[in-house]
Amino acid sequence: MTTLAERPDVERAGPARRPSRFRSDRTAIYLLLLPSLLPILVLSVFPLLRGIYLGFTDARAGRNVEVSFTGLANYRELLGDELFWNSFKIGLVWALGVTVLQFLLALGLALLLNQQLRFRGVARVLAVVPWAMPPVVVGILWKLVYHPDAGLLNEFFHRIGADGMRTNWLGDFSTALPAVILVGVWAGMPQTTVVLLAGLQGVGRELHEAAAVDGASTWHRFRHVTLPALTPVIVAITSLDFIWNFNSFGLVYVLTAGGPGGKTMLPMLFAYEEAFRYGNYGYAAALGNVMVVLIIALLAVYLRRRLREAN
Amino acid sequence: MFGKPSRTGRTLQYVALAGYLIFLGFPLVWLVSTAFKPPRELVRLHPTLIPSDPTVQNFVQAFTEQELGRAALNSLQVSLASAVLTVLVAMPASYALARFRSKLGTAALGWVLLSQLFPFVLLIIPIFLVLRQVGLANTHAGLVLIYVVWALPFALWMLQGFVRNIPRELEEAASVDGASRVQVLRRVVFPLLAPGLVATALFSFISAWNEFFFALVLIKTPELATLPVALARFVGIEGTARLGPLAAGSLLATLPSLIFFAFMQRRLSSGSLAGAVKG
Repeated sequence: MTTLAERPDVERAGPARRPSRFRSDRTAIYLLLLPSLLPILVLSVFPLLRGIYLGFTDARAGRNVEVSFTGLANYRELLGDELFWNSFKIGLVWALGVTVLQFLLALGLALLLNQQLRFRGVARVLAVVPWAMPPVVVGILWKLVYHPDAGLLNEFFHRIGADGMRTNWLGDFSTALPAVILVGVWAGMPQTTVVLLAGLQGVGRELHEAAAVDGASTWHRFRHVTLPALTPVIVAITSLDFIWNFNSFGLVYVLTAGGPGGKTMLPMLFAYEEAFRYGNYGYAAALGNVMVVLIIALLAVYLRRRLREAN
Repeated sequence: MFGKPSRTGRTLQYVALAGYLIFLGFPLVWLVSTAFKPPRELVRLHPTLIPSDPTVQNFVQAFTEQELGRAALNSLQVSLASAVLTVLVAMPASYALARFRSKLGTAALGWVLLSQLFPFVLLIIPIFLVLRQVGLANTHAGLVLIYVVWALPFALWMLQGFVRNIPRELEEAASVDGASRVQVLRRVVFPLLAPGLVATALFSFISAWNEFFFALVLIKTPELATLPVALARFVGIEGTARLGPLAAGSLLATLPSLIFFAFMQRRLSSGSLAGAVKG
């Protein structure tokens, strides 16, 4: 898609060239934009601002409940809420684990797909299929794989004679979170792979050939030519992946609904339960506010370190 | 890209590729296989990868007994309405965004990135309250509104790119020939924009078709539930024999997006769509 810089003719619509039509053009622009901007304002911007505000109130479910401003009371309560801290820790392990594994596996696959290998076409198609699946279906699919009796995984361990490995993957306290993380990696890897592959295809051939002539090993060329050129793409996609993973809901809701014993209770699931099972709207919104602030803080630290490395 | 790797290097690459194919492919094969297994095979102590006696009974059962048929119809209705409405609303705005410079346009596009940051839980409660006030909570119309708004930022961004690719000179030539503004839009811009409109409609359709969270919270009446919500409820029903219809329903729920991705495959592999998130 062309950018503004490539199309100088866009400038021609500016006021300098056609002063007489300036006013009518402006009205026309607003009329054209209105049908889009109005719904975005009413159903996206306004709810978001109100949601942030709700986090500072004692709003509860019900039609005629009085709402009053309570300042930081919700946050004081959150600080002392062991369930929240627990869920927050699980959320961090999940988001970091999924994002890092997703990135490493996707980078490996992208590097492979960038080579002249046989079966590359099959791999490219397969690499995109999980992306096309609705999150709920991904959850169901992996529930079938992890199923204690009729599951693919347990049957695999039986076939290779490792019956001791058979377990109720999603129901066991120690395996539930790792099992769920693996599903997150599977579901999110395709998009990361496609983005990294696009980035790889932008890395100049000449640099590689020059480095090869100078006798640099494959690893050296990867480390000093490919990786630096890929850094902006890597930073962008890992940041986005982190945000998406931290805010994800449907996948784990279907897989475990937060169980067993809250071992996979991601912050979003926790907030959902607070809001729609217990009706604590204000408290759930406060939780959402804390999550936004934390995500921004973590991203700021990450991006600053990357920037410093780049300089 | 890495020159000629050694023989062992090549072998290692194929081993790694095989590993990826197994990791990505086997869960999919398992879903398809489960969908075609008769109940007798599903409850067997040691299930096989390939059903020995494949049947389509699961598909029939999924759509008759479990009311997935009605849920699929609901999903189809909501997704089609979202797609049509998104295109109608986004078309004029994207034209304005592409042809005129405006601060509003920049703000609208900036919202795309910003809105990614916020967890749904912050939005869902106020949206629920707004919809309840205007009597649209627990209705398909309310859900469609949310989906359109949710798809709009990306749809606008995508569609204005398509508008930019239409040479401005074509429009100017037509108006020199005496065509009115409306005629220029209808005879010149609209036909050239058709592929972009189809892509936007498909994007909006798929987002609505796959969406789970808003549908779960906003729709309370079971008869109005969309397919993802109905499938998630279906998961709760235990019993190994139920897995067949569940897998069959899931497979059918994936079809629309698979078709969409096949349609977009060329653009995906060339990376032009993937670049959407490159910022």
